[in-house]
Amino acid sequence: MPGLLEVSGLKAGYGPTHVLHGLDFRVDEGGVTALLGANGAGKTTTLRAICGMVRTEGEIAFRGEALNGRATEDIVRRGIAHVPDGRGTFMELTVEENFRLGAYVRNDREVLSDFDRMCEWFPRLRQRWRQQAGTLSGGEQQMLAIARALLLRPKLLLLDEPSFGLAPLIVQEIFGIMRRVRAESGVGILLVEQNANLALELADLAYLLETGTIVMSGIAAEIRQDEAIRRSYLGY
Amino acid sequence: MDGLAHQIVAGIATGGIYASVALAIVMIYQATHHVNFAQGEMATLSTFIAWSMVQAGMPYWVAFFATIAVSFAIGVVVERILIRPVANAPVLTMVGVFIGLLLIIGNATGWIFGYTTKVFPSPFASEKPLFGGLVSAHELGSTAVTLTVLTLVWAFFRFTKLGLAMRAAAYNPRSARLVGIRVGWMLALGWGLAAAIGAVAGMMVAPVVFLDPTMMLGILLYAFAGALMGGIDNPAGAVLGGFTVGVLENLAGAYVVGTELKLTVALAIIIGVLLVRPSGLFGRVVFSRV
Repeated sequence: MPGLLEVSGLKAGYGPTHVLHGLDFRVDEGGVTALLGANGAGKTTTLRAICGMVRTEGEIAFRGEALNGRATEDIVRRGIAHVPDGRGTFMELTVEENFRLGAYVRNDREVLSDFDRMCEWFPRLRQRWRQQAGTLSGGEQQMLAIARALLLRPKLLLLDEPSFGLAPLIVQEIFGIMRRVRAESGVGILLVEQNANLALELADLAYLLETGTIVMSGIAAEIRQDEAIRRSYLGY
Repeated sequence: MDGLAHQIVAGIATGGIYASVALAIVMIYQATHHVNFAQGEMATLSTFIAWSMVQAGMPYWVAFFATIAVSFAIGVVVERILIRPVANAPVLTMVGVFIGLLLIIGNATGWIFGYTTKVFPSPFASEKPLFGGLVSAHELGSTAVTLTVLTLVWAFFRFTKLGLAMRAAAYNPRSARLVGIRVGWMLALGWGLAAAIGAVAGMMVAPVVFLDPTMMLGILLYAFAGALMGGIDNPAGAVLGGFTVGVLENLAGAYVVGTELKLTVALAIIIGVLLVRPSGLFGRVVFSRV
């Protein structure tokens, strides 16, 4: 069975500099793949490459269709939602307007019931409904960013460091919600994370990135058990 | 006392024109962070198009709406052909393009329609003053038209999906792409809308100042003063600024500097705002750490 997203030989970079040197990885239908690695390993660039935000070489196949060279908005319309670094919320607009924008490309009748579902998953957002997104706390903004992305009803969700800059308790809360999202929505997730422990708990597959190359990959649960790998690569 | 009231009402009428053009300027500014110097010339061209339609025997209101549609299309085409290729160019390139646009449209208008001053009809034709000389029919009518336009634009941005998408594209193009908005087209629509608003302003002011290729030059200056006063990145502020400048200009012309020096008021406002409060009365102060 072909995966939801199959990437092979992916190279990407900014200007003449290559940041990624040929990556192979996959995300299964409804599965979670974690991309781990230190700062500067190329995790964010990998997500940008999938979304057509940087120049790429190699193959990116989404549900059997090549994505290379397509415009970001066309890739999004095919069912890939991206929560970028910096979250990509519209700070000047209200929570409600961010929700409406999340569902911008949809014309079905279930948008409003999806609004309710997001408010059930992220109850804090309902309390902030008419507030400007820029006035939300960091954790609330991250929740809004994830809700905004899920409102696309994506087949694949790209998450760039959802734990970044947040207090441990908030991070726990967000990952708790992510487990629920995973169980209830059936969306495939490609998760980029520095917090390896949390990411491996949620993921099925994991890849470890070092300076633009995958140095190790495997079943997430097995990697978590393997003390040697944990010590040498993940540092905990 | 009657004289003062009349000056204020007349100021509100011209202020509506300034407010419309100021809104057009701010719309483009929000999306591109540049001031479209050619906004006035584009409005003049639109007014000439309306004039030739009326000359050809079209009823006024048919010509009015046809002109809005044509102006919208011109705005979209200008963005697609001239602005889009330089969207990521340095500031000076953009300024050069805008000045080029101003010269090309201004001179093309003169070349096509001639430089002689023309009389432009008002749909609110009666010369009879209303409310005991307080306001003329055209002043009242044009104020109603500009207020209607401003309300429609506000409602469009506030309540429609497309309006929301255009705001999102202007605030944050990168995030807008990530929700599937075709940002390029939103910018083009913004130009179309700005051109259409300018066209209405041109058609409303032409019966007062008469129609010639340089008609909007002074008006653009007042509108720019209004936009700066209200805050160049705040549409509601710019509209309020436009009305304020209209009233101030009229009062100053009548009681302080005389009509010959009226345009100086606009320049004084621009310099005053830039000196005292560069972000305008309602503008956002942007901090950047270095």
